[in-house]
Amino acid sequence: MAPADHSPKTLYDKVWDEHVVRTDEHGTALLYIDRQLVHEVTSPQAFEGLRLAGRKPRRPEANLAVPDHNVPTLDRHLGIVDPISRLQVETLEANCREFGIQLFDMADRRQGVVHVVGPEEGFTQPGMTIVCGDSHTSTHGAFGALAFGVGTSEVEHVLATQCLLQKKSKSMLVTVDGVLGPGVTAKDIVLAIIGEIGTAGATGHVVEYGGEAIRALSMEGRMTVCNMAIEAGARAGLIGVDETTVEYVRGRPFAPEGELFEKAAAHWRTLRSDDGAAFDRVVHLDAATIRPQVTWGTSPEMVLPVDGAVPDPDAVADPVKAGSFRHALGYMGLVPGTPIGDISIDKVFIGSCTNGRIEDLRAAAEVAKGRKVADSVKLAMVVPGSGLVKAQAEAEGLDKIFIEAGFEWRDPGCSMCLAMNADRLEPGERCASTSNRNFEGRQGQGGRTHLVSPAMAAAAAIHGRFVDVREI
Amino acid sequence: MKPFENFRGTVLPLDRANVDTDAIIPKQFLKSIKRTGFGPNLFDEWRYLDTGEPGKDCSGRPLNPDFVMNQPKYAGATILLTRHNFGCGSSREHAPWALADHGIRVIIAPSFADIFHQNAIKNGLLPVVLDERIVDELFELATSEDPLEIEVDLHNLRMHPGRGAEQLAPIEIVIDRFHHHCLIHGLDDIGLTLQQVDKIADYEARRRTEAPWLFA
Ligand code: SF4
Repeated sequence: MAPADHSPKTLYDKVWDEHVVRTDEHGTALLYIDRQLVHEVTSPQAFEGLRLAGRKPRRPEANLAVPDHNVPTLDRHLGIVDPISRLQVETLEANCREFGIQLFDMADRRQGVVHVVGPEEGFTQPGMTIVCGDSHTSTHGAFGALAFGVGTSEVEHVLATQCLLQKKSKSMLVTVDGVLGPGVTAKDIVLAIIGEIGTAGATGHVVEYGGEAIRALSMEGRMTVCNMAIEAGARAGLIGVDETTVEYVRGRPFAPEGELFEKAAAHWRTLRSDDGAAFDRVVHLDAATIRPQVTWGTSPEMVLPVDGAVPDPDAVADPVKAGSFRHALGYMGLVPGTPIGDISIDKVFIGSCTNGRIEDLRAAAEVAKGRKVADSVKLAMVVPGSGLVKAQAEAEGLDKIFIEAGFEWRDPGCSMCLAMNADRLEPGERCASTSNRNFEGRQGQGGRTHLVSPAMAAAAAIHGRFVDVREI
Repeated sequence: MKPFENFRGTVLPLDRANVDTDAIIPKQFLKSIKRTGFGPNLFDEWRYLDTGEPGKDCSGRPLNPDFVMNQPKYAGATILLTRHNFGCGSSREHAPWALADHGIRVIIAPSFADIFHQNAIKNGLLPVVLDERIVDELFELATSEDPLEIEVDLHNLRMHPGRGAEQLAPIEIVIDRFHHHCLIHGLDDIGLTLQQVDKIADYEARRRTEAPWLFA
């Protein structure tokens, strides 16, 4: 046993150290994984691998499965029309039956986007290691859990061994000090961070977010910020545990109960970086300077405040960057110098694991209330992150606000975040989207995505173009 | 996984930064429940002029003549040369499956997205991180008239670039020792980990007392 080390530790050090089963001579750790979330797209080949090798899941109860990427958001009772999508969802159901893994199927009212469902069910808990075959697993880091996306081979590895082979990443601290202005949200914080450090700015790092503005966020907001850690290139995002975290977990179906909960909570409260803990890199942002953000290009780092104007590649010194700006502008059909406020949109998507939670829908509904979607907008859709979010929103009457304003009120799933189901952009269509990726073709081939907060998306729907939500 | 053998291959220069996994294999192909057959749809949206769909025969589809992969001199290239942050975006392992299925064996870039890097190695692909300056030089060589060839000697951690009879200075391959070991021996990670099953069981037993809520 190594002597006790009393030097200050980061949150990442603490969670990591608790999960190392062994470290080999190359410095690679065998890391124990407490929970795995499973969805239909990245799991079939993993289950197939188990079957071929005659292996069984080590702890079936440590896994929770839910179909989300392919599920329809309309007329769900009719089933999935696309036979290939249907086969993938049915394959998930069959695999879960065969291997004894709990599944929320398409008809289950708890079904939804895997990263909305995990926290909502209390399956996600502080201090855990959590993986999923999906990059936005970083979302769960909002709970002070070490959560990261893995590939299909690793999904299989975790199923078979409850462990992963990992090298420890470097650590990075992003602090957002001060107080956010009105109308500025968690989404704007994370887009501003990515604008500041770039999409590869945190590559090789686990990012911890801290500072007054982060502490002030609800769990929903914290999840939004951690969700997009991956868009900054980070392996994972983390936020230290406080009472907001503990109270969110209390009483959820998978959470411990009674005395066991108190025992867990006492440990959870220690899950924050010690004073004086060293990070490999530190970045500071001032919350007061963050304005509502809108992406203009095909990478999340191509982002501007709503009162900005599309940049001119000729003014960019770095030739590689200028080239990618030119390419992005061509794809997006934008000319340099265009004010963000002059960009009109065809569709609006409110949803996804970034912004499909109840608080997001409330923020959008507040803007939509008593107003109408502009005639020029072909489709404005609201897709709740889960069935429970949908039920909650309906209990609060948000569905009526949206429907009266001319939004479509859909069933939960990934939907137009990645357009694997029927919800997609047509070539050339421009969308205000609350999702996390504005890559070429992400929302449909030739589709043009602008990432914004839920309030900004709702405001864009009403005006048919981007407007500053603080001014309406 | 098959052991990584030394080989000599042609370099395909893809002069773009931040190539994301959606670009490597568009999402409509993720609906497959198999691991193979993704090769013809590698870089689908850039490679073809029409829209690719799963199950569509690619042999008769109109090729985009401007896309580098479609230039005859790069036919059969097995070494992809690209720019920084290659493989960013989704964690889909379909991206390395598509690259491998097409016949790519080595990817050279100034940097890779983390998950892609892991996924590549797990599928027997060798990601090589090189200094931006060397990547620039390789681009210059690979895009000139004669294609660039590289002899990849992973065993000795060396790449020997050359064009025709002209040999250029060798380049060192820097790779994690464990990854090197796994690639050259074609090791199955799961089998390796299962050799530690006693240690895993001990760990679980300890955690059951330390943090019983994790097992509730
Ligand atoms: S909502 Fe979008 S980003 Fe989130 S899991 Fe689904 S597809 Fe991925």
